Amino acid sequence: MNIIVVGLSHKTAAVEIREKVAFAPTQMEKPLQAVVALPDITEAVIVSTCNRVEIYATTRDVAGGMARIKRFLADYHNVPLELLEKHLYSYHGEDATRHVFRVASSLDSMVVGEPQILGQIKTSYGYAAEFKSSGIILNRFLHKAFSVAKRVRTETKIASSAVSVAFAAVELAKKIFGELSDKTVLLIGAGEMCELAAKHFINTGVRGVMVTNRTYERAEKLAEEFDAKPVHFEALMETLPKADIILSSTGAPHFIIHEKDMEEVLRRRKHKPMFFIDIAVPRDIDPKVNNVENCYLYTVDDLNGVVATNLEQRKVEAAKAEAIVEQEIGQFFKWLSSLEVTPTIVALRTHFDEIRKAELSKTISGWKDLPPGAEKKLDALTNAIMNKLLHQPTSVLKRIDQGNRNDLYVDALRNLFDLEVAGDSQDNMMELED
Amino acid sequence: MNALLFNSTLVIYAVATVIYLAYLVKPKQPLGRAGFWLTVAGFVVHLGFTLNRFLEAGHTPITNLHESLSFFSMATVGIFIMFERRYKASILGSFVMPLALLILAISATFSAVIPPLNPALKSKWLAIHTIMAFLGYAAFAISFGVSVMYLIQSHFLKKRRLGPMFQKLPPLDMLDDISYRCLTFGFPLLTFAIISGAIWAETAWGTYWSWDPKETWSLITWFIYAALLHGRLTTGWRGRKAAMLSIFGFVIMLFTFLGVNLLLSGLHSYK
Repeated sequence: MNIIVVGLSHKTAAVEIREKVAFAPTQMEKPLQAVVALPDITEAVIVSTCNRVEIYATTRDVAGGMARIKRFLADYHNVPLELLEKHLYSYHGEDATRHVFRVASSLDSMVVGEPQILGQIKTSYGYAAEFKSSGIILNRFLHKAFSVAKRVRTETKIASSAVSVAFAAVELAKKIFGELSDKTVLLIGAGEMCELAAKHFINTGVRGVMVTNRTYERAEKLAEEFDAKPVHFEALMETLPKADIILSSTGAPHFIIHEKDMEEVLRRRKHKPMFFIDIAVPRDIDPKVNNVENCYLYTVDDLNGVVATNLEQRKVEAAKAEAIVEQEIGQFFKWLSSLEVTPTIVALRTHFDEIRKAELSKTISGWKDLPPGAEKKLDALTNAIMNKLLHQPTSVLKRIDQGNRNDLYVDALRNLFDLEVAGDSQDNMMELED
Repeated sequence: MNALLFNSTLVIYAVATVIYLAYLVKPKQPLGRAGFWLTVAGFVVHLGFTLNRFLEAGHTPITNLHESLSFFSMATVGIFIMFERRYKASILGSFVMPLALLILAISATFSAVIPPLNPALKSKWLAIHTIMAFLGYAAFAISFGVSVMYLIQSHFLKKRRLGPMFQKLPPLDMLDDISYRCLTFGFPLLTFAIISGAIWAETAWGTYWSWDPKETWSLITWFIYAALLHGRLTTGWRGRKAAMLSIFGFVIMLFTFLGVNLLLSGLHSYK
């Protein structure tokens, strides 16, 4: 049995293509059932996020299975296959496993280490489980992928640092103030980055937000959006003492906050620390403000520096994560290959034969007046019994090997008779998380 | 028994300090945990030592440098344990435990023999006066350690050097808060220690205040911390300025305690 992956992602397709083949989360039953209805496809999971659309499936016929799934993707979404083909990737065997483990561990994400993808795959798997399109192999495969992702998250620092300017600003603010729940943010001017940062602060939970702008109407408009308090720009110096975190991005050609003003501002707020984030180019805040006691000034370049360092750090951590993925692939394959029929029959026979021989020698060694030739006869007898007993299950196994659902029997047999291949750690693989 | 307890404490603190310093370099959480529980274990043994000494001597064992340094160290560790629990900041230990260990190590250099009690010290005031003084000193010691952390962290933030150590150090406001709490705890203790000392002086020497070097320097220490607290409450002295003053106050306090006993002669020069 083979695992195959067919799909496209932000790495191979632009959003115009990705949106064409996306699956709506509310209607997963139909496509899932359509995929498992394809000839030679036994199990299927569909992952559809804004950055990727992927189908995981099991099949006996790798090339045929991939072709059918590609055709399905095109037909289902009414996109010409010729158009789609060049964006699609397909993997099987070890490569398929590696791909899915990497995706789940957020190593294949646009922002490496971002945490959402794992949840999205879990949801996708949830649909497959609900509509019974996944079976023994994909079940275990995805649970394995989840546990790999968990290992990566706990054993590496891949997701522990801020990789956006806005998020870096929030992290820095926490290093100054600790709790932000009693802090006030002042937004000076408008601008995409500034608003994004403000949103991050609001999501983290601050006490309040104030907005000011040269044109008061714009301040009012923005204030409405953030549920904030609009403030007159002329009153900036009176407002500053009330603000702990100041985000500035005006179009002013000169500084609007000067070092000389800060002494008065700080005196009025009893020298509680202030965190200035200057996102404007040209700058709004005199860099000398950073020299004032209890004032901390960061410009957009400083924050970019923080982000760049964090990204470097993530690269180092990603290398560690890749090593974990490689290690886990080996483990998973040991289990997958154990599902093959012939080695299972051999293992089963060996297991029975070992028992037979052990019991036989126990009986013979305790038997004092054993008639000559009896030993041979006993051996033949027990052997015949064993063969008779094993004949039926063996032939059933051989017959179902021609069919598709043998893995279920094989897995059951392996478990019933404890026929584990050495090194296959079952507990580890069944580990469920969250 | 005494020596055994004392030496065990010394060894446990030393190991805890090494672990905490390792934690500073390689911030792995289990290291912080190990450091903390070792510290707690050390503190328990230390407490055992102090109680045992109390029973053997029959009076509060803070009568010479060996005993008072040991008590100072123990109080510092005790207050540290409180703050570590309250703020869940293991890294405090990396700054406080070396100090506690150093104090105890200095204590070890003085004779551990229990001498006959100086008749002048035979008073109920001995316990009150000394315990309050050293609890106050211990609070100032923690404030000192935290202030050093504040200066380092503030330096990192100003210079935008946001390395692993920056990541591990607590937020500025938390450090400021801990330091302030220590002062509000230590200052009243120091005040009462001075007052109880004056009352005791009156009963023992017949005068409340005799400008003995210890008294003078205690007063100087008291003024420094009073100024710091006053500045904070009225004009909001905080941050670096407050941290530097707290460090300065601690240095003066150390002189009041050790310098006066070892270098100047007076009524308090117990060795």
